[in-house]
Amino acid sequence: MASDNILELNRLQKCFGGVVAVSDLSLLVNKGAITSLIGPNGAGKTTIFNLITGFLEPTSGHVRFAGRRLSKMRPHRIAAAGIGRTFQNVQIFSQMSVLENIMVGRHLRSRAGIFYSAALPPFLRKEEKKIRQAAEKQLHFLGLAEQAHLPAGSLPLGSQRMLEIARAMALEPKLLLLDEPASGLNARETIAMGELIEKIRQMNISVLLVEHDMDLVMEISDRVAVINFGRLIAKGTPAEIQANEDVIAAYLGE
Amino acid sequence: MKGRNSAGFLALIVAIIVTPSLVTNDYYLGTLIFAAFNCLACVGLCLLMGYAGQISIGHGAFVAIGAYTSGILTAKLAWSPWLAMVCAVLIVIVIAFCLGIPALRLKGHYLAMATLGFASIVHIVSVAAIDLTGGPAGIVGIPRLDLFGYALNSEKQYFYFSWSIVAIGVYLAFNLINSRVGRGLRAIHGSEDAAASLGISITAYKVQVFILSAVFASVSGSLYAHYVNYIDPGPFDVSHSVLLVTMVAVGGLHNIWGAFIGAVALSLLPEILSFLSDYLLVVGIHYQPDYDTLVYGGILLIIMLFLPEGIFAGISNSVGAVASSVRKLAGKKDDGLG
Repeated sequence: MASDNILELNRLQKCFGGVVAVSDLSLLVNKGAITSLIGPNGAGKTTIFNLITGFLEPTSGHVRFAGRRLSKMRPHRIAAAGIGRTFQNVQIFSQMSVLENIMVGRHLRSRAGIFYSAALPPFLRKEEKKIRQAAEKQLHFLGLAEQAHLPAGSLPLGSQRMLEIARAMALEPKLLLLDEPASGLNARETIAMGELIEKIRQMNISVLLVEHDMDLVMEISDRVAVINFGRLIAKGTPAEIQANEDVIAAYLGE
Repeated sequence: MKGRNSAGFLALIVAIIVTPSLVTNDYYLGTLIFAAFNCLACVGLCLLMGYAGQISIGHGAFVAIGAYTSGILTAKLAWSPWLAMVCAVLIVIVIAFCLGIPALRLKGHYLAMATLGFASIVHIVSVAAIDLTGGPAGIVGIPRLDLFGYALNSEKQYFYFSWSIVAIGVYLAFNLINSRVGRGLRAIHGSEDAAASLGISITAYKVQVFILSAVFASVSGSLYAHYVNYIDPGPFDVSHSVLLVTMVAVGGLHNIWGAFIGAVALSLLPEILSFLSDYLLVVGIHYQPDYDTLVYGGILLIIMLFLPEGIFAGISNSVGAVASSVRKLAGKKDDGLG
């Protein structure tokens, strides 16, 4: 049934010049589930994320999100449609405070325009308060409340990744795309990250995850899709994937 | 506004109130009035350069459009100066919109190119469209402004008036920076991709800030026209646009106060240099106003090399450094005694 899927990739193809980065990729992402996208480096996972979020335009094929076709939509429109994301190389606003970073995430949930902002700030006090409160709630959820007023750039990498997720969560997305959230984290931080992702699922937000840490992927995923050279080579439950010979061959290099 | 910025704003208000009683010479008061016009344009330009991360090498053209629209409508068509000023603002909004949309959709510094071309066009039109602009002869008989039927005749009155407008401009700029829109702008400056992924329309924000900064420039031009009562193309060539960018860069891109200080400092520099030239003559150097450009270039070079974040950040950083080393020294002393 179509309504069980929040995201549908339909014969997606992306070429950079002569190089085919993503080839004829069809994939369904279940609503309310954690779906992981794994594959060797350079398999095209981040390209897929960029195709979904509008940073890249597919050469052919299309993406459907919540029953709606996301064709030629710019990234900010896709965010407004309900897809949040993080980046492989953490992209926090390092000059701004931790709290302000999350307040930026409330952008779509507030309305003040340039005229009111400059000329009539007293009329916006209520909205500013709401933005701040929502951001503080997010910080508590992530356990970053004590660092609220530090410059975001001064946080350790693990906290920066958490912050990036909190910022995307502030959008109140229906689907969250996490690009290697555990890379560069130590064992303890990775466990915390896994718990956080499970918590996000419990909030009824669907998660699409790209990750290299196989223990993490196998533990938290409901479904796993394996990509190699831009093609889907296997999909299934973590147990099925672990037993799949094509996958083992791809990872061990035949 | 909060904390240090509101303290700074208070200091600005006090300075505006006190200055005319300290500077009684009309000529120097006039210099400070000219500084106000540059200040207003630079505060707007700082929003664009420091917060939206875009450079305009054509803000002198928006100043010119403000000045010429006010001049033409009041001197030739006898409009009310206030109505003319609003009309100038509307024209500038339309032009900035048309210029900004194509240039700001693209990543990179296309706006700098577009505005540079635009500045040249405006200057050529102001020289050549004699029927409209009076050509090189300019427009004479631009009336002085009056405020609620009260004519701003003396230098002192115009000083208070123009610097009040600057204060309003500074106030608006600080409000903007500390708002939802300001956070959006700083986010764009931090990472365009991340900002877009949070639903911020980068093009829309850049265009809006570009328009706002052009409006500041236009008002500054209108105020200029009503102060000098006569305009010609001379002050509005491309080098004026470059000078405005220099002022912002010298003061410090990422801080409104930086742009403010840069604008005041470089506006007063020619006076300081002509004052110094008397002394230089004694040493045997025959200083001429033509050398001003050389001095400007030198100052910009020195600032970029040694204080890349501008005078304002440079000073506040070194004050911080001195303070912390004093604290360290004091700490050591305590240790020694203990």
